[in-house]
Amino acid sequence: MDNLKIADKEFTSRLFTGTGKFRDNLTMRQAVLESASELVTVALKRVDTEHGNDHILEHLAAVHIHLLPNTSGVRSAEEAVFAAELSREAFGTNWLKLEIHPEPKYLMPDPVETLKASEMLVKKGFVVLPYINADPVLCKRLEDVGVAAVMPLGSPIGSNKGLQTRELLRIIIEQSSVPVVVDAGIGAPSHAAEAMELGADAVLVNTAIAVSRDPVNMAKAFKLAVEAGRIAFEAKLAVSRNQAEASSPLTGFLNG
Amino acid sequence: MNTFRTVFSTYDWDAEKASIYAKTATDVREALASSRPGMEDFKALISPAAAPFLEEMAARSRDLTLQRFGNTLRMYIPLYLSNECQNICTYCGFSLDVAIKRKTLTDEEIRREAEIIRAMGYEHILLVTGEANKTVGIDYFLNAVSILKEYFSQISMEVQPLDTDEYRQLHEAGVYAILVYQETYDEKDYKIHHPKGKKSNFTYRLETPDRIGEAGLHKIGLGVLFGLEDWRTDTLMCAYHLAYLEKKYWQSTYAISFPRLRPCAGGIPLKSEMSDRDLVQLICAYRILNPELELSMSTRESESFRNNIFKLGVTSISADSKTDPGGYANPHENLEQFEIDDKRSTNEFLQVVREAGYEPVFKDWDRTMR
Repeated sequence: MDNLKIADKEFTSRLFTGTGKFRDNLTMRQAVLESASELVTVALKRVDTEHGNDHILEHLAAVHIHLLPNTSGVRSAEEAVFAAELSREAFGTNWLKLEIHPEPKYLMPDPVETLKASEMLVKKGFVVLPYINADPVLCKRLEDVGVAAVMPLGSPIGSNKGLQTRELLRIIIEQSSVPVVVDAGIGAPSHAAEAMELGADAVLVNTAIAVSRDPVNMAKAFKLAVEAGRIAFEAKLAVSRNQAEASSPLTGFLNG
Repeated sequence: MNTFRTVFSTYDWDAEKASIYAKTATDVREALASSRPGMEDFKALISPAAAPFLEEMAARSRDLTLQRFGNTLRMYIPLYLSNECQNICTYCGFSLDVAIKRKTLTDEEIRREAEIIRAMGYEHILLVTGEANKTVGIDYFLNAVSILKEYFSQISMEVQPLDTDEYRQLHEAGVYAILVYQETYDEKDYKIHHPKGKKSNFTYRLETPDRIGEAGLHKIGLGVLFGLEDWRTDTLMCAYHLAYLEKKYWQSTYAISFPRLRPCAGGIPLKSEMSDRDLVQLICAYRILNPELELSMSTRESESFRNNIFKLGVTSISADSKTDPGGYANPHENLEQFEIDDKRSTNEFLQVVREAGYEPVFKDWDRTMR
C-alpha cells in the first residue's frame, strides 16, 4: 500500500478519525490507537485551550498521532480565520480542518465562505483541509487557491448513510490534483472500502466508530476496510459485466 | 416585519386540539414507521393514542439521539442575577404580588457566584432574571456579560423579552443563546395568567423568537410551561413555532425545554396535570420529529427521572442549581423562583451519567467564537 502524502506529512494509514461522541476519553484513545490513524480531528470549541490541562488532548498523546484542529461552530470566513489563528497557537500546528457550516441542522458546509476562508488561510501559511459538499467545480476552485486536500462529504455528517454523493465523488477524484479525503456520512466499513475502491486517498470516520457498541473493534474493522479498499484500488478492480463473455463474438472474424 | 403572529393567526386552538385527540393507534404506527415524520405524525405521537407505544417510542428516540449526539450529555448551570419583577404571573415565585425579598446582584456578587460555579467545573452558564426593565435592563445585562465572559466559555440568557437591537448588542457582546418560553399559546388563558406588567402583551412575547433570530443569535430556546393549559395542544403550537423559525432563521440552532410547574411561593393549583409518562412521551415525540433538536432539562425534575431521561432524548442538563440570586455563595431559601427537586451535587450526578456510559461535556463552545 502506497503512503499518502499531504503537504509536508506522509501517512501510512489512510483512515483519519475524530474525537467526538465517545462515551469517555479512555474509549476514544483506545479506538484511535486501534484504528492506527495518524491524523485525528479535534473541535477547537471542545478543548480547554487556556489552562493547558485538557482531557481530550491528554488522551491523544502518542508519537504517531497528529492533531487536525477543526473550526466547527463558526459561520463565516472571518470567524473561521479568527478561530484558525487561535487554534494554531493553542495546538501548535498550522494544519486545519476548515469547517464552516452555518446551517446547524444538517451541518451543510457553506461553499462561498469556505472558498473565501481557504484563500485567506493559505496566504497566512495554514495547511488547509476544507470540509465541503461533493461539488467538483468547488474542489477545483479550492485547489486553485492552494488547499492541501479536499474533504467532500459522502452524505450529511453523522448520518451514516454512506456514499450518497458517489457519482460526484467519482468526478472529484478523477479531476483532483490534491488528495481527496471523503469525510462525513461513512457509516459502515463497507462504505469506507467503497470510497477507497473508488480512488479516494483517505476517509475520515468518527460517528460510526464513536457510537458503536464496541468502538475499539469498530475502529479495527474500519482500519481493515480502508486497507482492503486501497489495496483493491491499487490492484485495479476487474470491470463488472452483466453477462459472461467467453470469447470475442464481434471481432472474432479478424482472427480467422 | 412578518412574524410568527401571522402564521399563528391561522391556527384555531380548539380545532388543533380536536385533531390531536382524533389520532388513532394506526396513525401512531404510521408515524413510527416514517423515516422523516411530519407534523401529522407528531400529533399522533403526542396524542393519548400513543400511550401504549411508549417503549417503542423510547427506543426510537434513544437511537436517534445516540446517532446525532453520541454518548455525551452537555452540562450547564443557571445563574440567577435578580428576582426583581414588575409582572404578575399567577404561578411564579418572583411575581410582583409575592412578598419575597428582592435582590439584584452587584458586580462583586456576580464575580463571587462566577468563581464558585467555575470551581464546580461549569463552562456553560444560563443567566436568569425576572422582568424589571429599569434596574435590570440591557445596560445591566451587557455589564454582567462582560464580567462573566472572563469566567465562562458559553453564556445563554433567560430573561424578559427585549427588542431586536438589544438582542443584537447581546450577540455582539458574546451571548450564545436566548431562551424565551411562551408559557401558553392559548391567548385567552395567557391573559388570565399574566394580568399585569409588560408580560401581559401576548403578541410581543410571541414575536420574541423572531427578534432573536433577526439579531443572529446562535441558539433560540423555546418551551411552554406545563400545568397551565392542555399540554398536548400547547406542545403542538410550540412545534409549529419551531418549524416556522427553523425555516426562517436557518442559521440558528434550537432547543426545547420542558418546565413543569413546581410548588412556589404564592403558586396556583394546576389546571392540567402532566405525569412522568406524559413527559417521557413528549420528549420522545420531539426527538422523533426532530433528531437534531437540543432537548434540555433542569433540576425541577426528580432524581430518578433525571437519572434515566438523558438516555432517552435529553441532550443538555443542569445540576446542583440554585434559583435564588446569590444562592451559590449564600443560599437564601426565601428568595428562590421555584423549589428544585433534584438537590444532588454535581459530582453525584456526574457519577450516574458516567456509569450509564455517557461523557458529560462541560465545554462545547469557545468564548472567542461569535
